[in-house]
Amino acid sequence: MSARVTIQTGDFDLSTEVAALRQGDGRVGAVCSFVGTVRDRNHSPAGDSVPGGHESVLSMELEHYPGMTEQSIEAMIDEAFGRFDILGARVIHRVGVLQPLDQIVLVAVSSAHRGESFQACEFLMDYLKTQAPFWKKEQTPDGARWVDARVSDDAALARWGIRASNA
Amino acid sequence: MKVHIRYFASIRESLERDSETVDTGVGTLGGLRDELIGRGGAYAECLARGRAVRLALNHVMADESTALGEGAEVGFFPPVTGG
Repeated sequence: MSARVTIQTGDFDLSTEVAALRQGDGRVGAVCSFVGTVRDRNHSPAGDSVPGGHESVLSMELEHYPGMTEQSIEAMIDEAFGRFDILGARVIHRVGVLQPLDQIVLVAVSSAHRGESFQACEFLMDYLKTQAPFWKKEQTPDGARWVDARVSDDAALARWGIRASNA
Repeated sequence: MKVHIRYFASIRESLERDSETVDTGVGTLGGLRDELIGRGGAYAECLARGRAVRLALNHVMADESTALGEGAEVGFFPPVTGG
């Protein structure tokens, strides 16, 4: 069985990963995928004092907890299989230094019908956002800053009945 | 008991170290955090009560009440921001 979770510095190709997920499995009628990408602007903590309410992001560095990261996402996928009638799941998350427009994360889920895939994909992203041990550091024109966790992400996970306790 | 602590992100930067091994008599992760705060300096600042510090034990998310064991690996880090 191929890996369900990969943490890597290099880029990934969505169509390649979807094809691998489908694996010629005739039971699959639906594949839902999410790709997260690096934006060139952030939610500026300066807020009102910065015109437009954001500042430029020149690059982003992703740190993670080797050994825990893979294991934690595997457990999230196990939970997704328990909650939803899905056939396959694949998560790729990049680490290291990334540039605006770069892909960061892929979550792809396969199932017989679309409802389960849509839900499981969103579930995994909400879970990963608040429980997977990654930390982002942005380089801005004013210097480097660690990105703050958001209470809205905790609220997103709460919709699935899980208490995030992250932000 | 000996526990191996790993630090990440802004906590790692504040402490200027990514890990250390401690010999402790405390029983929980919360107790360990208090013991580190007791060292003063950068430890007291970045692990202070009132600061959001997330905890892991042996590669699984944990909380203040989680019990320590001999040889455990503990993680201290800020709220996560992946995805």
